[in-house]
Amino acid sequence: MPSMSLFMSQVFNGLALGVLLALIATGLTIIYGTLGVINFAHGALFVVGAYAGFSLFMATESFVLSLIGAAVVSLIVGLVMERGLIQRFYNRPHEDQILVTFGISIVLVEIVRGIYGGVGQRVPLPSWGEGVVNMGFMTYPTYRLEIMAIAASVLFACWYVLYRTRLGLIIRSGIEDALMVRMLGINVQRYFMLVFGIGAAAAGFAGMIYGPMVSIVPDMGFRVLIQSFVVVVLGGVGSFPGAILGGLIAGQILSLTSLFNPVYSDVMLFAAMALILIFRPQGLMGVEGRA
Amino acid sequence: MSQSNESVIQGAQVPVGVVADPQGSALRQRYGVLLIAAVILIVAPYVAPVVGAGPDLLSRVLIWGLFGLGFDLLFGYTGLLSFGQAAFYGTGSFITAYLLTTGIVDNMLIALVFSIIGASILGLIIGYLTLRRSGIYFAMSTLAFAEMIYFLEFGPLRDWTGGENGIPGIPEAVVDLGFFSVNVGFGWPMYTFLAVLFFLGFVVARRISLSPFGVILTAIRENPERAMAVGHTIQRYKLAVFVIAAAYGGLAGGLLGMFQGYMPPDAFNLHTSAELVIQTVMGGAGTLFGPLVGALIWLYLYEVLQFVDAVGPYWRLILGIVFVVLVTVFRRGIVGEGIAWAKRRRARRVAVAVGEPQANTHVRSGVSASALVMREAPPLAEGQPILRADNIAKHYGGLKAVKGVSISIQEGELRGLIGPNGAGKSTFFRMLAGEIQPTHGRVYLRGQDITGLGVTKVCQMGMSKSYQVNTLFDQLTVYQNILMSVLGHKRGPFKLDALKSVDSVKGAHNQVLAVLDLVELTHRIHTPIHELSYGEKRRVEIGLALATGANVLLLDEPLAGMSPEERVQTVALLKNIRKGRTVLIVEHDVDAMFELADRMTVLYDGNFLAEGTPDEIRNSKAVQDAYLGGTEDNE
Repeated sequence: MPSMSLFMSQVFNGLALGVLLALIATGLTIIYGTLGVINFAHGALFVVGAYAGFSLFMATESFVLSLIGAAVVSLIVGLVMERGLIQRFYNRPHEDQILVTFGISIVLVEIVRGIYGGVGQRVPLPSWGEGVVNMGFMTYPTYRLEIMAIAASVLFACWYVLYRTRLGLIIRSGIEDALMVRMLGINVQRYFMLVFGIGAAAAGFAGMIYGPMVSIVPDMGFRVLIQSFVVVVLGGVGSFPGAILGGLIAGQILSLTSLFNPVYSDVMLFAAMALILIFRPQGLMGVEGRA
Repeated sequence: MSQSNESVIQGAQVPVGVVADPQGSALRQRYGVLLIAAVILIVAPYVAPVVGAGPDLLSRVLIWGLFGLGFDLLFGYTGLLSFGQAAFYGTGSFITAYLLTTGIVDNMLIALVFSIIGASILGLIIGYLTLRRSGIYFAMSTLAFAEMIYFLEFGPLRDWTGGENGIPGIPEAVVDLGFFSVNVGFGWPMYTFLAVLFFLGFVVARRISLSPFGVILTAIRENPERAMAVGHTIQRYKLAVFVIAAAYGGLAGGLLGMFQGYMPPDAFNLHTSAELVIQTVMGGAGTLFGPLVGALIWLYLYEVLQFVDAVGPYWRLILGIVFVVLVTVFRRGIVGEGIAWAKRRRARRVAVAVGEPQANTHVRSGVSASALVMREAPPLAEGQPILRADNIAKHYGGLKAVKGVSISIQEGELRGLIGPNGAGKSTFFRMLAGEIQPTHGRVYLRGQDITGLGVTKVCQMGMSKSYQVNTLFDQLTVYQNILMSVLGHKRGPFKLDALKSVDSVKGAHNQVLAVLDLVELTHRIHTPIHELSYGEKRRVEIGLALATGANVLLLDEPLAGMSPEERVQTVALLKNIRKGRTVLIVEHDVDAMFELADRMTVLYDGNFLAEGTPDEIRNSKAVQDAYLGGTEDNE
């Protein structure tokens, strides 16, 4: 059995990874829930956010500014995607939507590769994120604690907007019955565009806060995409609480398994997904009959 | 006939008004495609070097093309978009490499057979898990499982697979049939060997696509719900085609290792799955040639663009943009658009040659409606109802749509089911048909409990429903639509007759003609559904239920939305089809029910209100109150 402090630090690592996955998966799931489109370019938007943030940080040396910038750039890319292409696909089969978003993901990643090259880049830690915190039973990197707090607040903000504001009410009604909302005189299309943008911004934002923890490469998006797929399958596609629960579970599976044998950590994640597909195919928080 | 040829392309134009294809042209089409494939494979080595493509490039194209044949059956024909085919490619590659390098098997062909078997078994497992959900879930979970296999290969299984080093040292390819043995050298001999295998794979895939099994795959792509409702266990069809695709992947993977002399670990990589999808869509899904053409373009451009200084680093970007454009504008891909163009041309030529067909002339097929075969049913005991519902109810949360209704219908009866809006008629009907599970209560067909059994089994027991909203195979022709139902009757819920021809299903053709005669659509036999008028679609809807061979029919508002003229025609049709069948009709057109029904049942607010002959119902105080009162309540 590993020592207690090692175990606890892995739990915390899992939590940090978990909130990050939850944030990415939230973007994926609200786009699906509202627009019925599963965005295969979500991983690419994560990459776009990470690199945009990287450039901004190099230029301004302000982490907060680049964090906001990362979200704004991916928001804009998301809006352009939605207006330019995705909106033409709302009435086409799911398979076509998957194909077009997948195609867009290749284009985005290759553009990033064209600009920055294929080698890894490192986003430095912000000055307020350096060092470790002594928590009594263990010491833990400050930055990871901070990103937990940042990601959790963004998730809370998402929840607040979706469940406590007029905007959220319209979006959630649009999920239930877009036609009816349109008949009430509300321009659903504009809200849909906004949802796509918000989802994209969530991915880009996550890309930037992930940056200082690893070196960023153009191809990292696919792994993130697949992990967030697992998260939404675990939690239930289209379910906001499901994305959070799924993200936290996935984070713990990944980090606790690597405590025993890192080789199995991804395998265990997929094994968990297989179990869900067998015993609860609609996902933990999913509703029977959707998707 | 060549129905399945035409179903190959979504929305393909078919000559209108041609009742039966001359047999000769169908044969020409069936074998002509194989001839084209053979000619391409033979001519390629003479043409390709002119534009700088050598035997190695062509060999790779063939391996990808073979891989793509299986994927095309899965995606192009059945509509299942898998992003996890790399798992099977990699597994096939690993098995052949492992067996040949360790010397467990020294015959290459046998090693390839093991690759096929191994990949198929993996396909069975992954398919069983991923096919539990459809659409986006399927795409996401196939991708995830392929990643799982990838991580297994690089991690826990690295002692066998060599991890990132792969397995080197696969011996030179030898074709050893026992009595005959030849070394396959590199270059053109390898191309020849692969071309022969590709051709065999193509013949098999094409046979599958033209078989009754393949026809049902198209039905699943077009409208899975209806495919289930006309008696097909689509889950087993999906699993079967998933395994077939895995087998092709296994073979292609095995050949890859053999061709390269070593098993590359990146065969398992996500990019392999992604490239397969891209190549198939670019070339044209649902054409079998598509993946081959896509692979040729992809690999050729890669080889060429790589060495052009200005664009070299951007070759993936260029292909990505091309891909997005194709998906957005030319979804049928290069081969698919080509076939569609050729068909339009042919249709125009036929139209010029024979003149525009008269839309409303009534054409008889020569097969009379009485030839329509129904399912055999065990005789009922005297007085036993054919269909009985025992106090069935359906609650949705707090909403009680149906609050416990019983009904009992005698054989040969035509029962009308009426009630004001919101009375629960449709929900009641769906419970009878096995579409939804009642909250409580039971349903019996011929004394057998069928509660919540599911539409497929109920259909196989001889009861079928037509839908309130047309639920058809929109891109297929009238003939093909009806055929889907007939196949469910003639072949049962599942049959793996993947290598037989549709003609081998005895009596299917005549059954389709008999149904078309009954619903008076013979003159529209080769018209795609989306070109029909609303009234004609309604008749196809009823025809689909009839063609299942059902002797108990549940018709959900067959007269809804019809013009007065269409209504008269359909009422006559209903009188006609009730002969020898038990029919239950939900209808808002109360006058039509008074004319048609032997007895009527009235539902009101989820409850049973009245039952009796049309005259009794007409004079019932309770019914009059319900209709008048119900109107006030609701509006």
